[in-house]
Amino acid sequence: MMTLKVNGRDHQVDADPDTPLLYVLRNDLALNAAKFGCGLGQCGSCTVIVDGKAVLSCVTPLLLVEGKQVTTLEGLGTVAAPAPIQRAFMEEQAAQCGYCTAGMMMRAQALLMRNPKPSDARIRAEFEPHLCRCGTHMRILHAVHRAARLMDTADAASDKSVR
Amino acid sequence: MSWGQQAVIELFWPNDTGTKRVNTRPNNKLNSGMPGQLRIITGIAAIVLFAGATAAFAAAWQPQIAAMAPPRPDTFDPDIVKRGRDLAAIGNCNTCHTVHGGGNYAGGLPVPTPFGTIFSSNITPDAETGIGSWPEEAFVRAMRAGVSRDGRHLYPTFPYDHFTNVSDADDRALYAFLMTRQPVHASPPANQLTFPLNYRPLIAGWKLLYLRSGDVSADAAKGAEWNRGAYLVEGLAHCGACHTPRNALGAERVNAQFSGGDVDNWHAYALNDTSHAPVRWSADALYAYLRHGWQADHGTARGPMAEVVGNLATVADSDVRAIAVYMADVSAAPAPDRKSPTDAVAQSASTDATQANAAGAAIYAAACASCHEGGRALPYGGVNLALSTAIAGPDPRNLLNIVLSGVGAVAGERSPIMPGFAASIDDAQMVALANYLRSKFGKRQPWNDLDKAVRDARAVQATSLAAGDATAESSQRGKP
Ligand code: FES
Ligand code: FES
Repeated sequence: MMTLKVNGRDHQVDADPDTPLLYVLRNDLALNAAKFGCGLGQCGSCTVIVDGKAVLSCVTPLLLVEGKQVTTLEGLGTVAAPAPIQRAFMEEQAAQCGYCTAGMMMRAQALLMRNPKPSDARIRAEFEPHLCRCGTHMRILHAVHRAARLMDTADAASDKSVR
Repeated sequence: MSWGQQAVIELFWPNDTGTKRVNTRPNNKLNSGMPGQLRIITGIAAIVLFAGATAAFAAAWQPQIAAMAPPRPDTFDPDIVKRGRDLAAIGNCNTCHTVHGGGNYAGGLPVPTPFGTIFSSNITPDAETGIGSWPEEAFVRAMRAGVSRDGRHLYPTFPYDHFTNVSDADDRALYAFLMTRQPVHASPPANQLTFPLNYRPLIAGWKLLYLRSGDVSADAAKGAEWNRGAYLVEGLAHCGACHTPRNALGAERVNAQFSGGDVDNWHAYALNDTSHAPVRWSADALYAYLRHGWQADHGTARGPMAEVVGNLATVADSDVRAIAVYMADVSAAPAPDRKSPTDAVAQSASTDATQANAAGAAIYAAACASCHEGGRALPYGGVNLALSTAIAGPDPRNLLNIVLSGVGAVAGERSPIMPGFAASIDDAQMVALANYLRSKFGKRQPWNDLDKAVRDARAVQATSLAAGDATAESSQRGKP
């Protein structure tokens, strides 16, 4: 038994310390936003945030996250009250099949927490570990910029001036 | 002999027991069989002489070469320009003379040295801030003798100790290539050097000691390929600038040629018979590594070496092979502890390390083994770590850099990638993992002061991330 802090709550999980964080999130905690794409740290679809930084949960064993704060997409917002990053992705329609999208949003969230006004070049560099087989890249780029502006605006609810 | 005496001798007779084949001038007789005291006296006398010579040489100021109007690009023969492009790639010119986000060849890259920070110069044909007003003879003199068009001595961060070996014809091709680039108006920041190092005439003294002019002498006993490789490696490619350790005055220690050096928080591996590569490099393996950036029995080019490989991508196979042939010969007879790939892997099956370092073993098993023991060869799987020079070598920095930052994908190429673990692994876990890898796969004594090395590597990684955020630079192949 170990304690895992996810989205602000402590969870008791019964798993070996070498279990990938992704498996525990999906199979034990039923947090299914993070996806299993490659399981090898090569596609980014499993990205979550650990202590403020984007982490590939498929290559992160539990023993590396003990005592740390894990945030998944479910921890950012809900359907009723989406977080700025989620709103931005919806408003830019930055998804096709959606398989990569949760990971992309978590990467964007971590980037914007560290760097509220990233340049195009920075965003591209940051998203290097992520693959999207549907080709939504340009929309994702726009969505990250839009999210940056949304987060910057006091009233994020109705921002028609963006873009 | 004390370190001090050794240092004095190395400073003043850099060719002592010289192994650098290309400089075949006879060794100074004073070097051998001298009793210790005489050596010290000779050393002191040499220091006095050095000071005198510096003053004398400084007085003999290099003449200015008259400026000219920048030549029109169409006055250069396109074939020569093209040859110059390939030569510039071999010389890795853009790595130092381009900052990310800045104009190509416009300079301004800070080059940290033990003596302060030197900024690379603008070598675009801009008349005011670049080399646009340089006649060809001024460019050739800079390559040959490290002197600027206006007569100032250039700091040897510009590796004219190697470029002096470049042929006239190649210098002219490089000139043609550079003079046909886009002119960029940009002055590099002022060098940050303290007195007396900011006093350029001192460089004249350095040159007296270390600049050995003259073409690389051919060795008739070796083939044409070997000789071509020697010419490139010792000249334009300036491999020794990173892979040879430097003395107290920042000159390459000729009697330790290719025994490993430092560059940008990375260790440039030894390439001679002191190499720590578990498997000896062959010419074929080196060729594949230089051509593709990875080789299954050795691993992946990272850090500054990844930039070198990136530049070589446009260079003809024949030149890359020549470099490989020459360097394979330099790496000499295999040391007894070097193995064939299968031996190296087979002998790594020790279980002691696992018992001694359960924390490190657990991290390896959970986070690393699925790729590094997945049975897929490079570039689709991770290299078997028993083959890793980073783990077998004397300096942990390369291993730490790569675990923290990973290996990025190379656009348009089939190349190994690895996720970085900086965001998930803490310093204590990193130390445990590195110690485990060192004993399990390297089968060597633990690295000294690993805690500090981990803290330093982490700081470098964080600084580079912050710099990326600040300057909006795009990611660079292999840089942390
Ligand atoms: S599933 Fe984790 S990176 Fe692909
Ligand atoms: S939207 Fe389908 S993989 Fe990105």
